[in-house]
Amino acid sequence: MPTNIDLKALAQLPDSKGHFGPYGGRFVSETLMAALKQLEETYEKLWRDPAFQEEFDRDLAHYVGRPSPLYHASHLSDKVGGAQIYLKREDLNHTGAHKINNTIGQALLAKFTGKPRVIAETGAGQHGVATATVAARLGLECKVYMGAEDVQRQSLNVYRMKLLGAEVIAVESGTRTLKDAMNEAMRDWVTNVDDTFYIIGTAAGPHPYPKLVRDFQCVIGREARQQCLTQIGRLPDALVACVGGGSNAIGLFHPFIEDADVKMFGVEAGGYGIQTGQHAAPLSAGSPGVLHGNRTYLMSDDAGQIIGTHSVSAGLDYPGVGPEHSYLKDIGRAVYVDATDDEAMDAFRALTRIEGIMPAIESSHAVAYAMKLAKEMDKDQTIVVNLSGRGDKDIHTVAQIDGINI
Amino acid sequence: MSRISTSFEKLKSEGRKALIPYVTAGDPAPSVTVGLLHGLVEAGADIIELGVPFSDPMADGPVIQLACERALQHNTRLLDVLDMVAEFRKQDTVTPIVLMGYLNPIEIIGYKRFADEAKKAGVDGVLTVDLPPEESDNFNQIMRAHGIDTIYLIAPTTEDERIKYICENGSGYLYYVSVKGVTGSASLNVQEVADKLEDIRQYTDIPLGVGFGIKDADSAKAVSAVADGVIVGSVLVNKIADLVKEHGQIAPQVSAIIKDMRIAMDS
Ligand SMILES: Cc1ncc(COP(=O)(O)O)c(C=O)c1O
Repeated sequence: MPTNIDLKALAQLPDSKGHFGPYGGRFVSETLMAALKQLEETYEKLWRDPAFQEEFDRDLAHYVGRPSPLYHASHLSDKVGGAQIYLKREDLNHTGAHKINNTIGQALLAKFTGKPRVIAETGAGQHGVATATVAARLGLECKVYMGAEDVQRQSLNVYRMKLLGAEVIAVESGTRTLKDAMNEAMRDWVTNVDDTFYIIGTAAGPHPYPKLVRDFQCVIGREARQQCLTQIGRLPDALVACVGGGSNAIGLFHPFIEDADVKMFGVEAGGYGIQTGQHAAPLSAGSPGVLHGNRTYLMSDDAGQIIGTHSVSAGLDYPGVGPEHSYLKDIGRAVYVDATDDEAMDAFRALTRIEGIMPAIESSHAVAYAMKLAKEMDKDQTIVVNLSGRGDKDIHTVAQIDGINI
Repeated sequence: MSRISTSFEKLKSEGRKALIPYVTAGDPAPSVTVGLLHGLVEAGADIIELGVPFSDPMADGPVIQLACERALQHNTRLLDVLDMVAEFRKQDTVTPIVLMGYLNPIEIIGYKRFADEAKKAGVDGVLTVDLPPEESDNFNQIMRAHGIDTIYLIAPTTEDERIKYICENGSGYLYYVSVKGVTGSASLNVQEVADKLEDIRQYTDIPLGVGFGIKDADSAKAVSAVADGVIVGSVLVNKIADLVKEHGQIAPQVSAIIKDMRIAMDS
């Protein structure tokens, strides 16, 4: 990491307009500007309100099941031979992923602002399920937009959402994946802005979403930091998290930003390999542009059209990334790498067989890179991997790869 | 004076209102567009909004989304759209052309290069749907330096303080989005529009165009009674969609819609 970065200032971002250096901001059509300003004001007020904090913390403890454990994967560490790998067990959260931390927070905002209807976009369906879950609990009407291709690969989650009372809309436009679901959710919001709260599922989108999603997800990093101090007696040497839009990664990273000795690695979806062009790795192989309300690294062609992505994991199959990651990359505070489909699947199998923990395919990307990284490190060093979700939703995909029909 | 201001001045002196059709460049094929633009002008269009196809048109309904997809099947890029404008300018040096689209294609080639090329081609204004004034200091400066107007949207949800701010940043005309929603959605309420326009006029003398929800000659006439310009998009694009297999019919049939509106507005 370059030594001239003012880490204290970095941790204070975004600025008042939602900028992380040149990234972030608010690039939306005029109809949404008032709603975003209102959201920003509501959020800034409530986030400092002890009553809101208390309710948020209580829900995280008793509904989500926090704190999630920090588990020393000693068998995997021994097998890899190198640094000690610790898993931050977000897979043990209610509904099976980190996504619920954010939906609890945003649903509370919806409740405090009196909006009776929530909408969401979803890729893997984890955010959709987490949104449908909190909507059920708070009695909010809920509509989830999901790319038609993802509806197929994540059919289990589609049914879960329906059981929870949400309406799931299969989006047929464009590439029929997460980005198109987000387009459609934005269109819904523009049309129903008066009574609808848009629960964005990742740390991207127009200001203040990247900030508030990060703040809600920071519980991951705060707990992990404290758990490291208690269980290991010091801070870890490296953090590893998968990056789709970047919410589980920023949630883990942010509370460590000022700890200059803690390295951070974000793992993007390498798909069939970066060199094939068939991947979802904007930070590794894209360039800055504007999509979905923020300026950030994107996968677009030389005419500025967004290009199709590929990843075995629906949750990482997105051509953009949260703006804070773009900035952390540029200034060198975090490093972004990739893991291919095959590497992720190998890691999925390894963790399942060696530790008896079946990770989400998204999270398997982080595990894959952590195993590589651990090999190059000493036995007395530690890596914290964000195990962002569990693999139950992916059994069909894995079986399909094995040629088995369930 | 810019071509856009000249056009509004002239209309004003004649006691008429601007009729502003929108079509997506390259829809359904690049070869159709320039002829269509001339047809629209002949039928009575005063200014043309030419859509730049984008892969992710978030503020548009299904009609214009599909138009973008058709245009992108032929790989219609921003620079190709500028070529179409240049081609149009060979015969028409009077009718203003406003490019309407999303920021990323402009961002990727760079504001300065875009402004150079757009000016050279004969573009008069740009309306970038996902670029509100808050994010456009640099963009505005460069466009102004090139004599290109920056057109901004005002929505039903825009409050007075912001209206003032947008008016300070806009030039050419202001585009009032008459309904909450995407392009091609519900019909507008003329009285509500009239009230909002009156509100906006407190802050500016810039002409006010109204778009979204204008579907036929009657609604065009009704809106022209309260606005300075009437912007029509989805009905035209829908007609193009019906004629994707009969390219020769597109210019005459789409222009016929504009002609009806012109007659209604001027009567
Ligand atoms: C388990 C899991 N991990 C990671 C992601 C990627 O999202 P993000 O990068 O916002 O954490 C998803 C998204 O669906 C997910 O379900």
